[in-house]
Amino acid sequence: MSEASVLRAGFPLLAANPGLHYLDSAATAQIHRAALDAVVCHETLSRANVLRGSHRLAEAADQAFDAARRRVARFLNANSAEEVIFTSGATAALNLVAHAFGATLRPGDRVLISQAEHHSNFVPWQMLRDRAGIELDLLPVTASGELDPAALPRLLSARTRLVAVTQCSNVTGAWTDVAAIVAAARRVGAKVLLDGAQAVQHGPQDVRALGIDFYAFSGHKCFGPGGVGVLWGKAEVLAALPPFLGGGGMIDEVAPQRSTWAELPRRFEAGTPPIAQAVGLASALDWMMALDWTDIHARETRLGAQAIEGLLRIPGVRLLGPAGTAARAPIISFDIAGLHPHDVCQVLDHHQLALRGGHHCAQPLLAALGVDACARASFALYNDEADVAALIDGVAAAVRTLA
Amino acid sequence: MSDGLELYQDAIKRLANAAYGASQLASADGEAKLNNPLCGDRVVMQVALSNGHITAIAHQTKGCLLCKAAASLLGARGAGLDAAAIDAATDALEALLHGQAAAPADWPELAMFRPAHAYPSRHKCALLPFHALQAAMRSRIGDTR
Repeated sequence: MSEASVLRAGFPLLAANPGLHYLDSAATAQIHRAALDAVVCHETLSRANVLRGSHRLAEAADQAFDAARRRVARFLNANSAEEVIFTSGATAALNLVAHAFGATLRPGDRVLISQAEHHSNFVPWQMLRDRAGIELDLLPVTASGELDPAALPRLLSARTRLVAVTQCSNVTGAWTDVAAIVAAARRVGAKVLLDGAQAVQHGPQDVRALGIDFYAFSGHKCFGPGGVGVLWGKAEVLAALPPFLGGGGMIDEVAPQRSTWAELPRRFEAGTPPIAQAVGLASALDWMMALDWTDIHARETRLGAQAIEGLLRIPGVRLLGPAGTAARAPIISFDIAGLHPHDVCQVLDHHQLALRGGHHCAQPLLAALGVDACARASFALYNDEADVAALIDGVAAAVRTLA
Repeated sequence: MSDGLELYQDAIKRLANAAYGASQLASADGEAKLNNPLCGDRVVMQVALSNGHITAIAHQTKGCLLCKAAASLLGARGAGLDAAAIDAATDALEALLHGQAAAPADWPELAMFRPAHAYPSRHKCALLPFHALQAAMRSRIGDTR
């Protein structure tokens, strides 16, 4: 059995569908059995609300939720669990920063995002610009869709308060040169936010080594349940921010005239948090941390290279993103002359291939790349050579069917 | 076809490729642009009208094969129709996409979209040009539904 086959056996949906070629992990990765079991176990044995309950189930839920926070902190190599805030997903995490950090900005302050951002790291900043009178700057991309570091000097100034960019493009798979971004941002005193949604399924992260201030990701993209995400922030940065959502759990005291706020991380977790989902996410991350990521990265890179080579042999196929695999995650987006990606993906579905076609919630990037939509094959640790072969055959068949 | 690809029969490909009405009117009495926010497809539909009936129709369509075929069908059949006829055709297409077996006698071409009823995510693809044409007609007659 190949290593991918062994890993695949741990994913109930894939184990139940041996003929399926799931190449849509950039949208949602499959859930690992460890995460699924943890959710079921928690909901079966420890389901209760967290905070202030004194019965034994409430104690168990508190302990499980607090442990989940510590386990996420370990995956991120965070300084402390208090820096980990559970949200409903990466979008909620990014909106949290746009509101809480955004509340500290003044008209004329500037935020720099890139043209490669997912709409979730684009629209919240446009909304902040429109309500707070800040200026929103846009880091362009190169012809291959990579963030253009050459444009940083002219776009950063003493008024730049935040640089918020993707760690890895959900369309091109291009990895961001985070060190260059951080160094440039620090020169003008700006904070740095990384959208890690596409990076987390490719291994544990080290927010301290990255040198950033905020990191956002979703559980469903790293083999965990849906409905949970994480905002990590440096403790001193988070501590200086006002809350975003108000409600139960985030207060220190509520009086008729005014309220005061809880300490981190509760200040940013109003209402009942996604408790079981957080426990499931933590189990997925624990499982990931026990894997040999050197081997997995080598295989993912090899599959990406094979997919690129095979797709480019099909007449009319144009690859989007960096040439080769050195600067990209195994996310392979492509355009086929004269064919619409919806039609292509519909045909591929009949060949047991799950791919996504469309604008991938990245319309500004696609505009820069000169397409309205594209098809995307995204590989994860459970994919193997059979998936690549099926992809190549399926795309060739789609061209024959649709021509 | 047994492989489930009946969606892409030759008739619908021919209709899409024919692109009837794919142009721009120099002067339009009604116009509407509709997007499918899920995928970014876009249809701009224009009509020239006389006594509430279409005398000329043109569209600019960025979309998949189903979307282009539907726009092309309206480009071919739209002239002479009024808002009520467009609404009736739209209702007929929606009924087919929701499983109704047969197309109405006056719109037999709609039958080619019926295989899409098995794929709810694609219903909007076929309906977008029809909805754009409805909006273009309303933009003229002031119906704000």
